[in-house]
Amino acid sequence: MIKRVLLIEDEPNIIEAVRYILSRDGWAVDTHADGASAMAAVLRRVPDVIVLDAMLPGRSGFDILRDLRAHADPAIAAIPVLMLTARGQQKDRDMAERSGANRFMTKPFSNAEMLACVQSLLAAPTP
Amino acid sequence: MLTFNTLALACGLYVAALFLIAFMAERRAERGRLGILRSPLVYTLSLSIYCTAWTFYGAVGYAARSGLEFVTIYLGPTLMIVGWWAMLRKLVRIGRTQRITSIADLISSRYGKSTSLGVLVTVLAVVFTTPYIALQLQSVTLSFSVFAESTPDAPGDARATALWVAAGLAVFTILFGTRNLDIDERHHGIVTAIAVEAVVKLVAILAVGVFVVWGVAGGPSEVFRMTEASPIARWQMDQSRWLTLTFLSAVAFVCLPRMFQVLVVENSDERHLATASWAFPLYLFLMSLFVIPIAVVGLAVLPEGSNPDLYVLTVPLAFDQDALAMLVFLGGFSSATSMVIVASIALATMVSNHIVMPIWLSARRGGATVSGDVRNVVLRSRRIAIVGVLALAYLYYAMSGGGAALAAIGLIAFVGVAQILPALLGGIFWRGATRTGAAGGLIAGFAIWAWTLLVPGIGEGALMSQTLLAEGPFGIGWLRPQALFGIGGIDPVVHSALWSLAVNTLLFAGLSLVGLPGAVERLQGAEFVDIFRYSGNARGWSPATVEAEDLLMMSQRILGASEAQALFQAAARGQGKEGYLPDTTSEFLERLERELAGSVGAATAHAMMGQITGGTAVSVEDLMRVADETAQIMEYSSRLEAKSEELGRTARQLREANEKLTALSVQKDAFLSQISHELRTPMTSIRAFSEILRDGGDMAPETRARYSTIIHDEARRLTRLLDDLLDLSVLESGQVTLHRQIAILGDILDHAVAATENADSRLRILRTTGDERLVLHTDTDRLSQVFINLISNAQKYCDAEQPELRIAVRDDPEGPILDFIDNGSGIPKENQSIIFEKFFRVGDTRAAGGAGLGLAICREITARLGGQLSYLPGQGGAAFRVALPPRLRQPAQGAAE
Amino acid sequence: MMGQPPRDGAPPEGLAYRRRRLTDAARLLPMVGAFAVFLPVLWAGRDSPTPDPAGTAAGGLYVFGVWTLLILAAAALSRPLARGDGSGAGHGPDRP
Repeated sequence: MIKRVLLIEDEPNIIEAVRYILSRDGWAVDTHADGASAMAAVLRRVPDVIVLDAMLPGRSGFDILRDLRAHADPAIAAIPVLMLTARGQQKDRDMAERSGANRFMTKPFSNAEMLACVQSLLAAPTP
Repeated sequence: MLTFNTLALACGLYVAALFLIAFMAERRAERGRLGILRSPLVYTLSLSIYCTAWTFYGAVGYAARSGLEFVTIYLGPTLMIVGWWAMLRKLVRIGRTQRITSIADLISSRYGKSTSLGVLVTVLAVVFTTPYIALQLQSVTLSFSVFAESTPDAPGDARATALWVAAGLAVFTILFGTRNLDIDERHHGIVTAIAVEAVVKLVAILAVGVFVVWGVAGGPSEVFRMTEASPIARWQMDQSRWLTLTFLSAVAFVCLPRMFQVLVVENSDERHLATASWAFPLYLFLMSLFVIPIAVVGLAVLPEGSNPDLYVLTVPLAFDQDALAMLVFLGGFSSATSMVIVASIALATMVSNHIVMPIWLSARRGGATVSGDVRNVVLRSRRIAIVGVLALAYLYYAMSGGGAALAAIGLIAFVGVAQILPALLGGIFWRGATRTGAAGGLIAGFAIWAWTLLVPGIGEGALMSQTLLAEGPFGIGWLRPQALFGIGGIDPVVHSALWSLAVNTLLFAGLSLVGLPGAVERLQGAEFVDIFRYSGNARGWSPATVEAEDLLMMSQRILGASEAQALFQAAARGQGKEGYLPDTTSEFLERLERELAGSVGAATAHAMMGQITGGTAVSVEDLMRVADETAQIMEYSSRLEAKSEELGRTARQLREANEKLTALSVQKDAFLSQISHELRTPMTSIRAFSEILRDGGDMAPETRARYSTIIHDEARRLTRLLDDLLDLSVLESGQVTLHRQIAILGDILDHAVAATENADSRLRILRTTGDERLVLHTDTDRLSQVFINLISNAQKYCDAEQPELRIAVRDDPEGPILDFIDNGSGIPKENQSIIFEKFFRVGDTRAAGGAGLGLAICREITARLGGQLSYLPGQGGAAFRVALPPRLRQPAQGAAE
Repeated sequence: MMGQPPRDGAPPEGLAYRRRRLTDAARLLPMVGAFAVFLPVLWAGRDSPTPDPAGTAAGGLYVFGVWTLLILAAAALSRPLARGDGSGAGHGPDRP
């Protein structure tokens, strides 16, 4: 079965990089750049893992994550999430944890670490 | 045998004694020696006006007819006051802090100081109190008639007696009820006289009781035996009446206007309520203790067909106990007079404050300059109202013929007054209660009460025909007054209470739930419901000076201590008085309002003064909260001022500095966080792609080239960002050095347009070069940087089919003005105020490559150059205005020619 | 031991706690009273099956007995309540 990841990120260059890294590892990568309609994108084609940027136009990543965790369908609410942020302060890390992120990485990241992180999420979805 | 004349003389002497007591009490109060006048004992005794002549004489009659049921009328108030902590305490606290003058005032004040609600409750109160007063007149004349039967010198007409009583009561009430106009509406003379009357009626009924039990029956056990053998031996309880009457009397104890007057308005100390909580039930207990024995003995001793309502009087007479009968007569007289006095004061207060004053105020505002003392208007209207209420009651008595119909009025009035309960309870316990709800509930409840109980009850065929009672209006069966919706067979009082209160409560709650209360309503709602959170401890009020003093206190906080004092002192001197407290004449109030309007705005000042002139006394705290922020700051600084001007200034400076530092620190955090984001984003791409390239692998050469380009672009983006940041920090810190030189505006624009020339751009730039021949003395590089930024913004963001940028130049006397207007869709209104913030970008425009610092930099530069950059709304597209400082005229013209 | 307040100045929390229970009692009293007052409804009905369960005399004794107890209870509660309320110190915001 093909592993599917949904990348929610608005910076085109970062999208391209992440897509390259993950596709090379055999992942099917969907991308979505808008915060407000992110939940719709999740529901359109339910992914195995979500990589979520914290700062998005329309709706913040933290809010999207909270919506996801509160979703009525337990299968969707339990999708593992890797949260990315470019601000990298402790309070962002705390907020990501509170919102229900499984993992958290600060930009810029190492490609290998990012890949390992996404792989680990699929192996052990619980935080 | 007592003659009518002896009786009349005793009455006269008794009233004279009451006059004396009231007069002395007023004198003591004026001299500030309140002492016993403010004791819990007097407070408790004054509550006894609950026991009117209806209960004094009628209770025994009631017991003779229906046994124990009479006791419900006393048990209700007992339960209510025993539970004082839950409700009465709150009511009294609200009454004191909000300076409530009557029950109508309470309802009106709670629901946004509504005039219409005040009028509504006042009208209701007049409707159910007038027959009640008529009942008192009847009982006095009836007791007179007991003696008149056997004496030849009695006046033939009972109505004459009633008229004399009514007139005498009017004089007494006017003399002691409208002597002064205190903000706290307390009447020491009257309250003291009522306390004395309370003692008289208690002693009278106890004396009869003792006489009956030990003098006639021969001890308690004999009475017990006689009761068992009497016609009322079986307890024929009507369960629904037992419950309903207990409930109604509990409600009436709080809602009756006269009860509200003594319970809340005349209360001088909240702790008196604690004493009354057991002392008043004790009083009621003693009042009703001998009712059954008297009724039993009366039934046994007196001939068949004698009126049981007069047993209290006729039993002693039957045993030739003239002195006792005299005492009883005075007791009954006391019950009637005290009720009438307080009820008419309470009604007069409502009528003057809620009907006369609003009319007077609006008439005055209407143009005719009726100057004069507001207080006089209030007092005069109260006097007229007292006479009017008593005249109405007398007329009612005379027209109803003084028959048995009147006796039913007591319970009818109880159901009527209970209609206030939902609005009252909701008002003090539920913040969501609204004016519409209160008015709707009151009107509906009142209408149902009138239809089901009042009209059938007083008319007995007079106001409502028998057919209508039996078949309903126009033969509509389910509208039958005593069987609404076809549910008949219920006791009329229970029926009416059930339907009127149910519909009342339902409408009240329903309309409140769907409606939206106004601002004042919400404020008052919060104040009333959370009274214990807002108000401090119960404050003692000093009489007479409170009003002006409160005004001064309020004005000091708003105008400043010295200004307010000077204003008040000048006004007092103008009236020929010493000190700081002038009489609150209308001229003074008007002047004060103008002064206050200067500080807190006309609307608030008008509301403040309007409340005072409307008689609904204003509470300073309340107004303070209306003018919330301003007032708080002013209160704070005026307090500092009082301590030391210098200290105050230092404290303010420190506070400002602290606020500035806090704000700066918050700003710095946000800025750092933003910078981190802006730096890390390109770095992420750079790192990711460089790692991809380093990993090598089989990659198409064009892909490799593409990734290298991305790295290159992102690196440039980083550099640009750092340049901008440095530029901005230099500009903001003010360390920038400007190289001012003489230049022509057109040349600077030419340079900017040339610098932005770009093969990809389709933007057409429209200029009117003729206007641009202005000579400036400015830093041309910096100004050109601003223009370049504005032009490239238009290149990036103008979304029109054929993008155009019009640069209009105008030589204003204030300085040259340049408008950069494009024909795109512009900037949404909500964003117009934040586009100059650092890192702000409209929409998803990362592709445009800016860091969102451009406009922030432009604004800083224009400010440094002495001008201003602003967004110009309403131009069709995005429009920016650069306003430059005034030109130096002389060299400018010379150079232009 | 535990119920014994320290000699000089009981802990404020303990006092406040006592006081809150006291106000609870004050709120409860009218309900207890109402229950007692409404109790005769059950046995003194007009249509009660038993011939004469309670006459006016006995019923009167019951009603006046309840009344006496209510007065005594109110008197016992009023003093400490009034004392605490007037001073204003030592108790927080009150939400009835």
